[in-house]
Amino acid sequence: MESCNCIDPQVPADDLLMKYQYISDFFIALAYFSIPLELIYFVKKSAVFPYRWVLVQFGAFIVLCGATHLINLWTFRIHSRTVAVVMTTAKVLTAVVSCATALMLVHIIPDLLSVKTRELFLKNKAAELDREVGLIRTQEETGRHVRMLTHEIRSTLDRHTILKTTLVELGRTLALEECALWMPTRTGLELQLSYTLRQQNPVGYNVPINLPVINEVFIVAVRVPLLHLSNFQIYDWPEVSTRNYALMVLVLPSDSARQWHVHELELVEVVADQVAVALSHAAILEESTRARDQLMEQNVALDLARREAETAIRARNDFLAVMNHEMRTPMHAVIALSSLLQETDLTAEQRLMVETILKSSNLLATLINDVLDLSRLEDGSLQLEAATFNLHSLFREVLNLIKPVASVKKLSLTSHLASDLPMYVIGDEKRLMQTILNVVGNAVKFSKEGFISITAFVAKPESFRDARIPDFLPVPSDSHFYLRVQVKDSGSGINPQDIPKLFTKFAQNQSLTTRYPAGSGLGLAICRRFVNLMEGHIWIESEGIGKGCTVTFIVKLGIPDRSNDFKLPFVTKVPGNHGSTNFTGLKVLVMDDNGVSRSVTKGLLMHLGCDVTTASSSDECLRAVSLEHGVVFMDVCTGLDGYELAVRIHEKFTKHQDRPLIVALTGNTKKMTKENCMRVGMDGLILKPVSVDKMRGVLSELLERRVLFENV
Amino acid sequence: MEVDQMQRQCLDYTKSLFLEGFLDGQFVQLQQLQDENNPDFVVEVVSLFFEDSERLLNDLTFALDQKSIDFKKVDAHVHQLKGSSSSIGAQRVKNCCIAFRNFCEEQNIDACLSCLQQVKQEYCHVKNKLETLIRLEQQIVAAGGSIPTMEF
Repeated sequence: MESCNCIDPQVPADDLLMKYQYISDFFIALAYFSIPLELIYFVKKSAVFPYRWVLVQFGAFIVLCGATHLINLWTFRIHSRTVAVVMTTAKVLTAVVSCATALMLVHIIPDLLSVKTRELFLKNKAAELDREVGLIRTQEETGRHVRMLTHEIRSTLDRHTILKTTLVELGRTLALEECALWMPTRTGLELQLSYTLRQQNPVGYNVPINLPVINEVFIVAVRVPLLHLSNFQIYDWPEVSTRNYALMVLVLPSDSARQWHVHELELVEVVADQVAVALSHAAILEESTRARDQLMEQNVALDLARREAETAIRARNDFLAVMNHEMRTPMHAVIALSSLLQETDLTAEQRLMVETILKSSNLLATLINDVLDLSRLEDGSLQLEAATFNLHSLFREVLNLIKPVASVKKLSLTSHLASDLPMYVIGDEKRLMQTILNVVGNAVKFSKEGFISITAFVAKPESFRDARIPDFLPVPSDSHFYLRVQVKDSGSGINPQDIPKLFTKFAQNQSLTTRYPAGSGLGLAICRRFVNLMEGHIWIESEGIGKGCTVTFIVKLGIPDRSNDFKLPFVTKVPGNHGSTNFTGLKVLVMDDNGVSRSVTKGLLMHLGCDVTTASSSDECLRAVSLEHGVVFMDVCTGLDGYELAVRIHEKFTKHQDRPLIVALTGNTKKMTKENCMRVGMDGLILKPVSVDKMRGVLSELLERRVLFENV
Repeated sequence: MEVDQMQRQCLDYTKSLFLEGFLDGQFVQLQQLQDENNPDFVVEVVSLFFEDSERLLNDLTFALDQKSIDFKKVDAHVHQLKGSSSSIGAQRVKNCCIAFRNFCEEQNIDACLSCLQQVKQEYCHVKNKLETLIRLEQQIVAAGGSIPTMEF
């Protein structure tokens, strides 16, 4: 555009062109004014527009351009100077603003472009996330389905319910058309259609187990592993190397275009596993319920049997208790009075009668005792006593008891005790005696002539490889040994076939009940029980009728250990011969503060031939005691004097082997007394009153063993 | 009197003493200890018993007469008496002593006093009996017989 101050002659020929230019300028101006308005309008509308300043600038630029063009309209005619000035100002401003804008755009346009790029990027990301969320949701849903299915399956332990529920829930979750379960048959070689969803009664289709794989498009088949329990006999499958399984077939609706998705297949697999576990649980529960019911029944039966047995035992015990007391009382009366009667003056005939009465009643008493003993033995309520006793004297006594009877029958009775047989043993003396007596008594009873021989020796393990008693292998040790006693007789013998019956109760050997129908037949049974209680064996050998018989038994006896065995022996069975054992020369010292007591004890010892010194106090005793004295008897009734004295005597003779033995003589039967005596180192304890025989025994014992503690 | 008769009388008397509980088996032991070496054993012991017992009884009376009784001492005396009487076989005296000791433990004065009376009585009884017996035995010995022994 040209602007000048001169008057421009208008060329009339360009009037049309000028008109067009006029119109165009007008429209341009219009546009230029309306564009910013539109911009402002739209920016106001939009929430975010970061470049307001640019907008303002751009607005200014356009407005000024528009203004320029508008003002240009006036320049087509003759215009005043003002207009020219305004025009120039407008143009200058326009130029400034447009340059500024151009510069600004250089900065802005790269930014705007990058915004666009980011927008695109974010859109892509959003799309991706959407996809992923979709996936997660699907998985979560699958999980929920599995949990729900599992819960349904596990909520019951009934097999049918489990399977039915599985099919129903699977059908529902996966919207299946059909779902079927093929279970293996009993033979394990075929699969049988067992459960279906839609069909109510599955027909018994059987399919061999090795059918090739099924069409996978609409159908999926899942192997349901069935856990095989070895002690669970419902399916008794033969030895199979592969795991046994049932087949679950799932059919998608044929009219939909659904495909099997991976997550659905996973769901089905999980469900199949759960079903297998649930089935095995159900099976275990069934089994255990059955077993429990069985056990309960058995329990009830056992309880009943036990109560019956208890009643029977109680009845038996009551009977025995009655028998024990009621029968023994009159028995004792009869025996006692009969023996008293024997002492009085009787005619020969009367004496014979009384003797028979006595014998019979003794027999009866023995019978009662035997029966009672045996019952107690069978009960298991009989317990052996364990005390130390003299084995040799036991045999001597048996011999003494049997000798008279044997000599009447003119049987020769010999006994042989092995030299290594211990003198003192621990065991039940009374019962051992009873056993030996019974055996020897039987031998005497059943022998009319000849000999009876008793041998006793220590059983050696080598001699035990005995076919008669195969399981018995006694091993002696430091604390016990096995005593073997053999009683041989030359009597009537026994038929070998009858031998086993001998030990049974009440069975009499019929062929022998001639001369002496005495004996109830219980004897050997009792013997056997006793021998068994003593952890031993008893057996009989006989070559036949008329050839005699040998009874052997082995029992376990303890060996007393001197250092820690308190129950050291005391010989009460000093044989009744009053021949004075020679104690002459034995110097003893008696310490007792009671004068009467002292003289009695002195008299006692002097009667036995000792050389007695007395002392009436501990001091006197200490002064008097010397190595010449063999024994010091001291009374410990009076307080602790005696104990202290013992200690002091020990002190006096510590260095000497042959110090006098210190023996306490007391009427005090407290247990502490014995312990106290042992503690202070006394060698013995004897209870008052002391008879001559007792003192004799005591002295011989003391001198032999150098220790003697009487049982308090 | 005939020796036999005297012996039988002695035996019967001794038996009665046993049956009435004055003496027990211990006395028999004492009799057994009497032999040629020790012909007066029984008499000696019996005399010793008399002396001892009388002394003890006096001590007991004295002790129980005190204002404050020393039960330990009383017990000790009774213990001695018990010892002597059991050594000789004076059964009743011994039993009395046992009861006496229990009361001493309980420190029951009245019971002790009554027990003392009882012991004295029993002692007198048994002393008379023993003296009679010894006299009988001495008569037998004097007549040339031997003292019959009891089978107990």
